[in-house]
Amino acid sequence: MKKNVYITASSCVTPLGFDVASNWDALQNNLSGIKKHQNIGQLESFYASIVDSNKLDLAFSKVESNHHFTKLEKMMILALKPLVEENKISKKTAFIFSTTKGNISLLEDKKVSVENAQLAALAKKISAYFGFEVEPIVVSNACVSGILAVSVAKRMIETGLYENAFVVAGDEVSEFVLSGFNSFQAMSAEPCKPYDANRTGVTLGEAVAAVYITANEDELKSNSFRIIGDGAVNDANHISGPSRTGEGLFRSIESAFKEAKLEKNKVKYISAHGTATLYNDEMEAIAFNRLGLQNVPVNSLKGYYGHTLGASGLLETVMAMESAKQNRLIVSKGYSDLGVSQEINVITDNDVIEMDYFLKTASGFGGCNTAVLFEKVS
Amino acid sequence: MEFNNYISESCVIEDNAVFLSGENSFILDDANFSEFSKAVYKKFEIEYPKFFKMDNLSKLAFLSAELLLKEVVQSNEQENDIAVVFANRSSSLDTDVKYQESIASKDNYFPSPAVFVYTLPNICIGEISIKNNLKSENAFFVFEEFPAEFMMHYANNLLESEKAEKVLCGWTELYKENYRAVVYLVEKTSSNSFSKEHNIETIKQLYTNTLWTL
Amino acid sequence: MDALKQELKSKIIEVLNLEDIAVEDINDNDALFGDGLGLDSIDALELIVLLDKDYGIKLTDPKEGKNIFQSIDTMAAYITANRTK
Repeated sequence: MKKNVYITASSCVTPLGFDVASNWDALQNNLSGIKKHQNIGQLESFYASIVDSNKLDLAFSKVESNHHFTKLEKMMILALKPLVEENKISKKTAFIFSTTKGNISLLEDKKVSVENAQLAALAKKISAYFGFEVEPIVVSNACVSGILAVSVAKRMIETGLYENAFVVAGDEVSEFVLSGFNSFQAMSAEPCKPYDANRTGVTLGEAVAAVYITANEDELKSNSFRIIGDGAVNDANHISGPSRTGEGLFRSIESAFKEAKLEKNKVKYISAHGTATLYNDEMEAIAFNRLGLQNVPVNSLKGYYGHTLGASGLLETVMAMESAKQNRLIVSKGYSDLGVSQEINVITDNDVIEMDYFLKTASGFGGCNTAVLFEKVS
Repeated sequence: MEFNNYISESCVIEDNAVFLSGENSFILDDANFSEFSKAVYKKFEIEYPKFFKMDNLSKLAFLSAELLLKEVVQSNEQENDIAVVFANRSSSLDTDVKYQESIASKDNYFPSPAVFVYTLPNICIGEISIKNNLKSENAFFVFEEFPAEFMMHYANNLLESEKAEKVLCGWTELYKENYRAVVYLVEKTSSNSFSKEHNIETIKQLYTNTLWTL
Repeated sequence: MDALKQELKSKIIEVLNLEDIAVEDINDNDALFGDGLGLDSIDALELIVLLDKDYGIKLTDPKEGKNIFQSIDTMAAYITANRTK
C-alpha cells in the first residue's frame, strides 16, 4: 500500500510579508514586491522584488540574537522557525533544502573562501541551527527546484526512509544572477507581465518558503493538502530554451494525473510558472491546451514576487494552498491581453470558487519541468 | 520495502582513467581534465560537436553517461525511458567561479551567456537527455558525500511507481582538477551476466570501483 | 575588410568552441545559423557579447542580431559601419 503524504503547515518570507497571512492579504490587495532599484553591476536601474534588509534584521532579532548569518540564511531561519516549533524533528525526519544559487554572492568577497559558497555548506548551517539529525538533501534543479523538492519529499516518505520532512526553498537577488539573465537578454525593462501580449521578459525576486510534510494522519489539520501525483520530465530539447511543443511539461502533468488517477476536470486552478519570457509562456499555453486544461483558471505569481528561482515553485505552492483554503482565486498580476497563441484562462478577478484540487507546475533551464497535483483534505 | 532491482552497467571516470563495468578501458597519464576529456571523446569515437561547448562538469557527466549508454541506447530516434538522477558535492561551483571572474571588474565586464547557462548543475542532465532523447524523469541533488542510501531509494521509487523503466544514477563531482564520476544503470530485471542486485552494499562497492573486481 | 573577415572567423571559432572547424572551412557568405555552421540561440547571445567586447557595439534588441549574424559578410559590414573600437 502506498502511503498518503500531506502538507500540513507552511510559511514564507517575502518582500510582501514574513508570514503567509500578510502575503495573502497583499495578493488580495494587488500589491507587488517589485520595485525599481539602482546600480547593481552594470545595471543602472532595474526592477526586482527585494526583501528590505532593515525590516528583515528587525524581525530576525526577535528570534535570534546571533547575527552572523547572510541575508538568505536569516530569511531561511525566519521561515523555518514556526514550522520547527510546531512539529518534531526525529531520526526519521528529512530536511530537504532547495536552492539554485544559495549564497552565491559570497563569491564577490575575495576574503571569503570559495568553499563558503557551497550549497551543502549552506544547507548544513541551517540544518545544524535547527538540530536536524540526518544529512540535508539539497535539490538544485534550476527553476523547478522548489516544487521538485515537494516531489522528492513525497517520494522519499513513500519509500519509508523518512516519516516526515521539512522542506525549505530560497534564493536571493544577486549581481551574479542579474547579470546572467541580462546577458541572456531575458530581463524585462518594466515589471514582468506573464502571458500578456506586451511581455518582454523576467523580473527577478527573492524569497524563502517552507512546508512541513508528513505521512502521519494524526498530524492532519483542517486544510491540509495531500500530494496526490507528481512528475518531473525533461524536454530533451535545448539547455536554455523550452520545448516548442511543451513536451516535458505535458508529460510531467500527464504523469501526475496518471498517478493521482484524477479526472482532468476536477482541477479548478493551475498555479503555473509564467516567467513572462516570450517562449516560456507560449510553451505553457501549448502544453495546457494539449492536455485539455486550457479552460482551467491559471495564474503566475511572478507579477507579485518576480522570479524567485529555486524558491518560486514552493512559494507559489504555499500561496496556491492558501488560495484553495480560502476558495478564492489570485489575480495574475501584470496581465491584461492574451499574448500566447493558444487560449488559456488567465485569472483577472479574485473570484470565489470551490477548489478541492489544484495543479502546480514549473519549468527551467536544462529542459527540466515539474508538475504536482494537490487535494484539499477536509 | 523489498524490491529486487538490478545494476546492469556502470562507468567510473577518475584519475584520468575510464572503467566500464569495472574494466579499465582507457587511461591517459600526465593530462589535465580538459586534455583527458578530449582524449576520451576521441578514443570512444563520439561524434557530437556540442561536447566542446560544454563546461567541465557537463563534459564529465556527459562522457560517463555516454560510454555507459552506448550499449543501452540503440538509437536516439526512438524514445528511451531512462530517468537520470545525479548528485555531487560542488554543484556547478567550478563554472560559478569562472562566471564570477567575468563580472568582477567594472572595466572589463562581459558576462558570458554561454558560461552563465552552465552555472546550474542540472544542465549536465539536460545535455545527456538531449543527446539520448531521454524525455524522462530527472533530478539533480547536492550532498557532501555520495548518498548511497538516498540514491537507492529514489531510484527504486521511480521504478516502482512506474515513472521510469530504467534509472541512470550517478555521482558527478568536479571542482577544478578534482573530479570523479560514478554512474550506473538500475533496472527491474537482470539483463546481462554482469548484473548485480541493487542494494546498499553493491552501490558502495561500485562507488569505490571494487564491485566487479572483487 | 578581408582582414576583418579573417579575424571574425578565428574569433567565432574560438569564442563558440567550434572544434574541428578551421578558418578556411567558413566561406564569407555561409549561413552561420541553421544548416550552416549549426549555431544556436546561446551562440547568438555570445556573438552579441563579442560585438560589445571587441568592437564596442551594443545591441539591445536581440532581433537585430538575426540580420547582422546571417554570414561573415553581413557581420563584417555591420561592424565596419558601427564599430567604436
